[in-house]
Amino acid sequence: MSVDTRATIDPPDALEGGTEATPAVTLRAASHGDRNFTSMGFLVLLWLSLAFGIVVLAVLLVDTFIDGLPRLDSRMLTSYTSQVFPDRAGARAPILGSAFVITVTAAMAVPIGVGAAVYLEEFASKTSAFARMVELNVQNLAAVPAIIYGMLTAGLVVTVGIRRNSILSGAIALALLILPVVIVTTREALRAVPTEIRQGSLALGATQMQTVARQTLPAAIPGIATGVILSLSRAIGEAAPLLLLGGLVFVQYDPNGLLSGFSTLPIQIYDWSSRPQVAFQTAASAAIIILLVLLMAMNAVAIVIRNRSQRRW
Amino acid sequence: MKSTVFRWAAAPAAITLAAGLAACGGQSEQATPGGSGTAAALSGEILIDGSSTVAPLSSAAGELFKEKNGQVNVSVQTSGTGGGFKKFCAGQTDISNASRPIKAEEKAQCTAAGVEYQEIIVANDALSVVAHKDNTFLQCLTTAELKTLWAKGATGTVTSWKQVNASFPDAPIKLYGPGTDSGTFDYFTEAINGKAGDSRTDFSPSEDDNTIVKGVAGDVNALGYFGLSYLEENASTIKAVKVDGGKGCVEPTIETAQTGSYSPLGRPLFIYVAKKAAAKPAVKAFVSFYVDNDDAITKAAKFVPLNPEQKTKAIAEVKALG
Repeated sequence: MSVDTRATIDPPDALEGGTEATPAVTLRAASHGDRNFTSMGFLVLLWLSLAFGIVVLAVLLVDTFIDGLPRLDSRMLTSYTSQVFPDRAGARAPILGSAFVITVTAAMAVPIGVGAAVYLEEFASKTSAFARMVELNVQNLAAVPAIIYGMLTAGLVVTVGIRRNSILSGAIALALLILPVVIVTTREALRAVPTEIRQGSLALGATQMQTVARQTLPAAIPGIATGVILSLSRAIGEAAPLLLLGGLVFVQYDPNGLLSGFSTLPIQIYDWSSRPQVAFQTAASAAIIILLVLLMAMNAVAIVIRNRSQRRW
Repeated sequence: MKSTVFRWAAAPAAITLAAGLAACGGQSEQATPGGSGTAAALSGEILIDGSSTVAPLSSAAGELFKEKNGQVNVSVQTSGTGGGFKKFCAGQTDISNASRPIKAEEKAQCTAAGVEYQEIIVANDALSVVAHKDNTFLQCLTTAELKTLWAKGATGTVTSWKQVNASFPDAPIKLYGPGTDSGTFDYFTEAINGKAGDSRTDFSPSEDDNTIVKGVAGDVNALGYFGLSYLEENASTIKAVKVDGGKGCVEPTIETAQTGSYSPLGRPLFIYVAKKAAAKPAVKAFVSFYVDNDDAITKAAKFVPLNPEQKTKAIAEVKALG
């Protein structure tokens, strides 16, 4: 099975136009031409499944916003959580904690992930058993549940002697979690760079290293950035691995270093929503809105990067 | 250009790492009070883990303590009573919250790891058996009836309320309870079925007590159990079922839990303090504060305060810390 991957790259690009055209034709047939019972029924089913997803999401969002919006004031952003006065509880520590953890996660996952992808895509021999084994494992790791990474990290940091519930441990777990996704998306971005660019660079006398550093990698940055931001937005919403490591549910100080204890927004939301007092549940809704805004902002950045710097070859 | 970016990113990371390490080393050194001799000399972090039931109590204690000792940070995690003891006996936490006394095998773990500790009673709770607000027949259940309802052998066989008490209607039983990892589950099953963990399995378990509230509030024939604070906060949709432990029907309230008349489902809540941690003045001061201000703390966290007898015991337990 010595399929030359590079050779198969161009055909999919060409095929894409074809596959895009096909569904459009089918849809037109269903809405204008094919008016028999089966196809109309199928179309209704499709619409229903779409509506189901959207309605459930809308109900959840509206409910959360009605509940949490009045609570969302500057105090929510600037004060610490409070057990004694639930009405005054704020999400300062979790917001800062999320920011810290995600920054450290990115600092670990991006260089390692991009490096691994560059090696696999540009340097490794496509036929070597080692590269194929790594590739297979990366793909499998992408499907491993988040909590497993939490358990793995817990074992790792305790052995090494790092404080278990520290920002560093949390970031290691999240970095491991998103690493496969970063590798896969980076490889796809690299693969989308036309072979001609590499060949042109090599033909002009650049070394393999220079070609990667000055041509291939810069050309792939938009795709890499989009993938990284999307995987970071997955990481920012994770609670399970961090709870397992010992993310704090009650903390009244700002994170102050890599070994500091921390809380994150999902952890605080999880804790607040399980409290008996309604005031905490309202605070949870407000924190959910903060998390949603953060996520949408991150995704918006990803979209802007993609649209701004997308190149067509 | 790329390398510059990385250099800029690495510098603060290295600094924070160094600062974090320095802070860590500093905490234990600050054990000796400074020359100023004031209470403000206390500093450091107190790490508490364990029961999610007791967490609000320790959080309230930490918050009130911080008002007076701004340099001491009390952090609380919720790994559950069992999960908390696991970390506590591995020396990873200073204090462990527990909604039941430590088990023999957990004791053995602590001993094996050389972790010495002191149990301190900090509050009471009433495990409340609850039903739907509009349910008419569930007014009072004897412990024997509760056992019929929750026993291991009831799985799949006791399905109608008529089987629990002949005077009840032939209505289907729907049960909600805490998950099997919780101390609440252990305590209830031990008090009712005689052995911790012994329970019928065909009930809807949830680690989130609010889910149990919603389940019971949504079905007129449902029954569930959890801590008193969840009952008080949801009095508009659910009601307490009185429990007859042999001395007549008793309702779960602050008074009945404090005096001990709500038996056998009234339960004490504990913190376990590592003796090594208590050597730090901040931890010692926090534990004393916890017991001395029990009334304010239990009120803030909506728990039942200690009765005078328990308070005397708690003060003695703090003394035993040395």
